[in-house]
Amino acid sequence: MAVLAPTALPDRVRRASDLARDRVAGGPNRVLPVAPELRPLLPALRRGSTVAVAPGTSSLVLALIAPASAAGAWVAVVGMPGFGALAAAQAGVVWERLALVPHPEPEWGTVVATLLDGFDIVVTVPPGPVAPRLAGRLAARARQRGSVLVPYGRWEGAELTLTAGQGAWEGLGAGHGRLRRRELTITARGRGAAGRPRQVRVTLPDAAGRLGPARPATRPAPTQPAPAWVAAGQRAATRTGRPDLTLIPGTGERAVRRA
Amino acid sequence: MPDLRIVSDLYGVPNLLDLGEVPGEMAGEQPSGDGGAVRTLVVWCPDWPVTAAGIVDGVPVHHPVAVLRANRVVSCSPAARAEGVTVGLRKREAQSRCPHLIVVDHDPAREARAFEPVVVAVEQVAAGVEVVRPGVCALAARGPARYFGGEERAAERIVEQVAQECAVEAQAGIADGGFPAELAARAGRIVPPGRTPAFLSGLDISTLGRPDLASRLRRLGIRTLGEFAALPAGDVLARFGFDAALAHRLAAGRDDRPLAVRRPPVDLAVTGEFDDPIERVDVAAFAARSLAERLHERLARHGLACTRLGIEAVTAHGQELHRTWRHDGLLTTAAITDRVRWQLEGWLVRRDQRPTGGIRRLRLEPDGVVSELQLQPGLWGDAGEGRERAHRAVARVQGRLGPDAVLTAAPRGGRSPAEQVRLVPWGDERGERDDAPWPGQLPPPAPATVLPAPVPATVHDRDGRPVVLGPRQVLSAPPSRLAVGEEPPVAVTGWAGPWPVEERWWAPEEARRVARFQVSLADGRALLLALTADRWTVEASYD
Repeated sequence: MAVLAPTALPDRVRRASDLARDRVAGGPNRVLPVAPELRPLLPALRRGSTVAVAPGTSSLVLALIAPASAAGAWVAVVGMPGFGALAAAQAGVVWERLALVPHPEPEWGTVVATLLDGFDIVVTVPPGPVAPRLAGRLAARARQRGSVLVPYGRWEGAELTLTAGQGAWEGLGAGHGRLRRRELTITARGRGAAGRPRQVRVTLPDAAGRLGPARPATRPAPTQPAPAWVAAGQRAATRTGRPDLTLIPGTGERAVRRA
Repeated sequence: MPDLRIVSDLYGVPNLLDLGEVPGEMAGEQPSGDGGAVRTLVVWCPDWPVTAAGIVDGVPVHHPVAVLRANRVVSCSPAARAEGVTVGLRKREAQSRCPHLIVVDHDPAREARAFEPVVVAVEQVAAGVEVVRPGVCALAARGPARYFGGEERAAERIVEQVAQECAVEAQAGIADGGFPAELAARAGRIVPPGRTPAFLSGLDISTLGRPDLASRLRRLGIRTLGEFAALPAGDVLARFGFDAALAHRLAAGRDDRPLAVRRPPVDLAVTGEFDDPIERVDVAAFAARSLAERLHERLARHGLACTRLGIEAVTAHGQELHRTWRHDGLLTTAAITDRVRWQLEGWLVRRDQRPTGGIRRLRLEPDGVVSELQLQPGLWGDAGEGRERAHRAVARVQGRLGPDAVLTAAPRGGRSPAEQVRLVPWGDERGERDDAPWPGQLPPPAPATVLPAPVPATVHDRDGRPVVLGPRQVLSAPPSRLAVGEEPPVAVTGWAGPWPVEERWWAPEEARRVARFQVSLADGRALLLALTADRWTVEASYD
């Protein structure tokens, strides 16, 4: 037993200074779980940290908070009037432990600070450019209270910023199908030593609205050709506005079918 | 045992049962011997569900009105009865007999609420009132009879009191025991002492309120309470079971169950009056602290805890601010103090309606009072602690922005993503999950952003013409370019639809015809579009 691999340690060995922090940061549960697909980017949501999500991909916010919410964490969402609560439920967020403050103006900072006192995760859309001083104060509040601050928008000073690339939706054809799944690349950029960007490719959302692993890259996603009748119908629709009716010989006058 | 022997002789000769007089007289000897049945006065308000609907919801009760539960009439107004509506009818049948019938849903809470003033009115003239059910209350007749000088005068006085105080029509009846007294009240009679079994014996078997038993007894040839009472008690128990044995005792006029007298609710509210109006929030909070202590002392004396607390502040200029705070556990003195402070702070920072003077009066009114023993913390301290912390934080935000600023999601039936979620203020009732199927519901994944207000959009085909929906739910042309609001148009890479929905077509004002589409755009976005009367809107974004 000469040298323990450093990766084996974190669960068992802790610094003495962490003990003092435990008392304010909610005991031994110092981390909140994240989905296995996101673990290459961040192993867990550490209490007291600030993890930002770049604007434009609300599903990523949902995927980030859902495992923690399902595990018992209380989540507050501030300043998102368009929060898709149904999508959140499909992603795994528990409604009973979800609080929404759609319009925190004009006291956005105070509201976020107050909610950081009581909730394990506070997701917030900044109402505009946030002064570095205020951002620092909120991050300090989160650190002190053992909550996780998840700014969804431009945010300076986050420990980690997750950015989703442009996704590719599957399942939608020309007039048929439905949105089924989207593959996208998520990039994590950290501060200081963790500055090297890491990337992971995931399915977000999958057909059930959850976060899933990406398909193996070797096989391109099969695109379903439209059934012949749909294509024909579309052609007909372009020409006359609706499909032609044709008489099928030999089956009687009433057997009329859309060609 | 002796009555068992006597009546079992009768049982052997069924013809004797038809004599009617025999069992009545025979049973008439018993209650005085038992000495159990108390002279009881019952106040009965006819058609109480209808009257309650009139009091609470302002339904015109002199018109034909029927109260329905599970599609059956449970009560109707005299006007409706005159048109042929009876209890037990189906809604459709009732409406066919009386087309202008006003139909009201059955609401036990409404009935109980409306009955409370009646009980209070009765309590003003007589002590020890039992609420049998909304619409019926019972009390021992002896006290009022002595006080007012006779049972008849007592009954008159109480009916008069109810009419004067609450403008409610009531009837009173007196008999030995609660069950006969209620029947006497329905008949508006005062049965002399000892004559109760005789009074009961002539009544129909259905007055027992047990339809199954009544129908079985009728098939055995027993049609009146007297005939039923004449059966041997042991045989009734053996043949029909415990409930029938109890009914048998009632039919014989031996209702010796004591009245479950209600205790009038104590006034738990505490009020503080300040000669010098309080100008500062911290001083008000300090005053609230002593009020909270008094409230706690008062609650503890009754072994109670409150889950909702109404805080009322009145300024020197008569402005009033009232808000009810909910709490899962016990509101401690500090918690009450905090809430008073948050509420006053919230009031002070509100721009539209600031208080114009100092606070003259503070009043704490406990609401939702429960026995303290019923309150239990979560089995595992952690879960309760997290909830506690979250609720505290929310209460502070609510104190700042108003109670409706913090919402939580609850399920609701619907088709579009917005319809399937009901946002309720934090702390309000969440309602039950509706598991009914909703054909035409959009399948998952749901859009992660649901626009609070739909944004208008324009959709053009390849030739630049606007895309519209034909009469047979077929698009005029495949959409090719989409412009959201004022944004520049973007090419459409894929689309699906229309998924037509025709909702609430039976109510012309709420009727909606919508065709929904999913589109994916060249810039990677995917949107949920709605098309109503050739107007395209973006409802949600799959971002």
